[in-house]
Amino acid sequence: MSDIIISVKDLCKCFGSFTAVDHITFDVERGEIFGFLGANGAGKTTAMRMLCGLSYPTSGSGTVAGFDVMTQGEQIKRHIGYMSQKFSLYDDLTVRENIRLYAGIYGLNRYETLRRTVAVLNRLRFRSEADTLVGSLPLGWKQKLAFSVATLHRPEVVFLDEPTGGVDPVTRRQFWEMIYEAAAGGTTVFVTTHYMDEAEYCSRVSIMVDGKIEALGSPIELKKQYRAESMDEVFRFLARGAKRSG
Amino acid sequence: MRTLLVLLDKEFRQFVRNAFMPKMVIVFPLLVMLVIPWVATMDVKHVGVSIVDNDHSETSRRIVQKIRSSDYFNLRGVTESYEEAFDWLENEGVDVILTIPKDFELAMAGNSPKRIGIDVNGTNALKGGLGSQYMAQIIRQTFTELQQEQTDVVASDLFTVQNLYNPTFNYQHFMVPALMIILLVLICGFLPGLNLVGEKEFGTIEQINVTPVSRFLFTLAKLIPYWIIGFVVLVIAMLLAWWAYGLTPAGSIGSIFLAALFFILTMSGLGITIANRSSTMQQTMFVMFFFIMIFVLMSGLLTPIESMPAWAQGITCILPPRYFVEVMRSVYLKGASFIELWPQYVALVIFAGLFNTMAALTYKKQS
Amino acid sequence: MNGFLHFVKKETLHILRDRRTMLVVLLMPVVQILLFGFAISTEVNNIDFFAVAPNRTEAVRQQLERMEANPYFTFKGYIDQRRIDYVLRSGQAAAVVVFAENYDQLIEGVAVASLDEAAVQFVLDASNPNNAGTHLVYLQSSFQSAGSVTAMAPAVRVLYNPQMKSSYNFVPGIMGLIFILICAMMTSVSIVREKESGTMEVLLVSPVRPMWIILAKMIPYFLLSCMGLVVILLLAHFVLGVPMSGSIVGLVGLSLLYLLLSLALGLFISTIAHTQVVAIIISGMLLMLPVIMLSGMLFPVENMPGILQVLSCIVPARWYIEAVRKLMIAGLSLSAVWQECCILFAMTVVLVGVALKKFNDKLE
Repeated sequence: MSDIIISVKDLCKCFGSFTAVDHITFDVERGEIFGFLGANGAGKTTAMRMLCGLSYPTSGSGTVAGFDVMTQGEQIKRHIGYMSQKFSLYDDLTVRENIRLYAGIYGLNRYETLRRTVAVLNRLRFRSEADTLVGSLPLGWKQKLAFSVATLHRPEVVFLDEPTGGVDPVTRRQFWEMIYEAAAGGTTVFVTTHYMDEAEYCSRVSIMVDGKIEALGSPIELKKQYRAESMDEVFRFLARGAKRSG
Repeated sequence: MRTLLVLLDKEFRQFVRNAFMPKMVIVFPLLVMLVIPWVATMDVKHVGVSIVDNDHSETSRRIVQKIRSSDYFNLRGVTESYEEAFDWLENEGVDVILTIPKDFELAMAGNSPKRIGIDVNGTNALKGGLGSQYMAQIIRQTFTELQQEQTDVVASDLFTVQNLYNPTFNYQHFMVPALMIILLVLICGFLPGLNLVGEKEFGTIEQINVTPVSRFLFTLAKLIPYWIIGFVVLVIAMLLAWWAYGLTPAGSIGSIFLAALFFILTMSGLGITIANRSSTMQQTMFVMFFFIMIFVLMSGLLTPIESMPAWAQGITCILPPRYFVEVMRSVYLKGASFIELWPQYVALVIFAGLFNTMAALTYKKQS
Repeated sequence: MNGFLHFVKKETLHILRDRRTMLVVLLMPVVQILLFGFAISTEVNNIDFFAVAPNRTEAVRQQLERMEANPYFTFKGYIDQRRIDYVLRSGQAAAVVVFAENYDQLIEGVAVASLDEAAVQFVLDASNPNNAGTHLVYLQSSFQSAGSVTAMAPAVRVLYNPQMKSSYNFVPGIMGLIFILICAMMTSVSIVREKESGTMEVLLVSPVRPMWIILAKMIPYFLLSCMGLVVILLLAHFVLGVPMSGSIVGLVGLSLLYLLLSLALGLFISTIAHTQVVAIIISGMLLMLPVIMLSGMLFPVENMPGILQVLSCIVPARWYIEAVRKLMIAGLSLSAVWQECCILFAMTVVLVGVALKKFNDKLE
């Protein structure tokens, strides 16, 4: 197998006459932290949902972990983790029960489940909260837990949809440490974000405007290309031409 | 298999942890089984009567006496003025006015065509209809008695009647099995659907959708808990029927459970299908409500199917509860067994298969 | 005030966007009226029966021919004595007519019947007691020779509802049910939904006063119910032929009062329920059941045991249905229902008061 884990060519998604994602093409290498940037409504989430097998592409082609996004959605799901924009663990289950549920769903055996539960609880310093209902945790904790659950089964790729929205700076920092840890362990991280300082942490970023990818490269390359001081400037330069965002 | 167990474990934990649901499963059957049989009776009693007696004869007195002592009638009063009697009908809840014309007794002896009048308030058709029927019966009885007293001949009865299956004419015994069905329709139809669409509204289903869990497995994990809850409810209801009304199945309990097994699956399958096609609880609830209304009204639960016009009877063939109603009543009251009821069982199995296939197929992991 | 109107517009859009719910809400009364009007009845219009006749004599045949000619009976054939239980249990027939061996002699009075012997025995499936009773009356009268009793049969006249159509009777019940459904159920669920999703907080921090926000939620449902009211009245009059001879103004006024009451009930439920599921269960099952069962919609209140009659007094639908019956079917004037009006009015005042108080308490 090559080192390309996500490969997308001319992927489109239309809702009626509206083209949410317009012929995007890119590759992601194994072990990369790939930042997927764009203003609200640029089509980031739609594109990500297609890669996760949650939504059928209208046209184009792509593979994730070696499986076709058009036809092999279910196989893809075995090899990826996903953390949605909206917190989507069960509020009325405890931390431990949520972990156990997803461990079971991904087919981990009892011993593995127990081992990884303890590992997650230790890493998050959650041991005292193991039997707390998830609904009563603060948002930052929930997000860290959601990330741990998404990577519980050691997926080849993990998709994170605005994982740090609404989270305080300290927790954000901790969150990115977790992302680095996962990437160091060989997991490819595909992350969307609004925070341009986070974009600087990525190995490569793409910037989407109006459903198209306008820029693609490492943060250093992009800054050089657009003669900008920071990613923030790059982004603002590109977003200025956008018609959709508000 | 392990995945299924994990999913079931989750469903049960969520159910038990809910502050409302477990109580509901106990309280709802209690409410339905203990209150409704007392209400849902078609035994019409306490029909309000006013009598206009212009005859004042032995016969008319006898009729008044009979009505006064009958359970079925509440005598508002005897008067000579029809206007007064009519006023009672309009304002004081009288349902039937009985008018005995002047010189009725004399006319009867002479075979002249004077007739007793019964005026019925048709607003309440059930009460008016049965009330006038009872009234006619009482009058006929009085005549027969009078005739027999006069002729002094003891005539043997032409008819004898044997009432099978419910010899005491207990309407509650007729209704109770039907109420168990209403319980199952409500609980097993609504709850799984609401549960599923709830996961949609909270977004938790999205996290499940990116996992390799198959839609069959996920649907199954939603069905099984409500299937068990359905049985718990059924058992509670059957125990209540025994304790409160002394009603136990005349046939085997096994044949009830077998039919319930498929029926509950059918209802949950329908609920989940509707939930799959809805995006909010409100939508699910209203669509489900629509179906339940048709089920309750048309499947013979409250009114007999044979009384419906042919086209309506045709429609009832595609309503799953119809078959379960037949099974429940036949087994409970008549002691029928699987052998006599096999067509109903086959129908239930087909519906269960159909609705659950639909439930699994309409569940879209991908949009 | 401007803010208020914007809220009303927002709520109306919510409802209009949800086509399926709209469709069900408007279709429900139509289907119910059609079902009650044309499909559902308790009248017995066909009795399937078998005959057991050890001797198929001329008299037996004549009797069966007479019954076959009668549209109420369907003769399904002769069976053996031992099969009686089977045909009744499997539901193939509702009755079995058993002719005595010496039927001919018995009806002619030649043979003196012993005490336990009758010419004919009716074996009935009495699992449905009402039907069995009616079946018996029909069967007996089919055997009665003409002329003997009919002269003395009373003359029956039905007032107000001459064909004794039960559909008349159900229209007020349907109205009582539908309005509770739309107003109480939909408002409570939609308020709780906003609580659950957190959008309620956003609304509450707006400069519009909380009371107006709630009112804005109710107005579209109120209008939707008014549409329902018009549909029901038109259908009832033109399809079922309900005379509507009473005061129409009174009927509409009464219905509006009842709508208000249902809305208050919805608001009340929304203050005690924290999740949509709970709101649905409270309004859909715990509220709907008494409305259907205790209001006299299907089953007359007078038949209930004392406790339940008392209980039925606190069910608003009971009073509404009673009043609508008087106005719509019996054609009485508004003065005949002043009692019901007062009760409904009092209930509305109390409920609105309690609901508002609870709602405001929640806010503080």
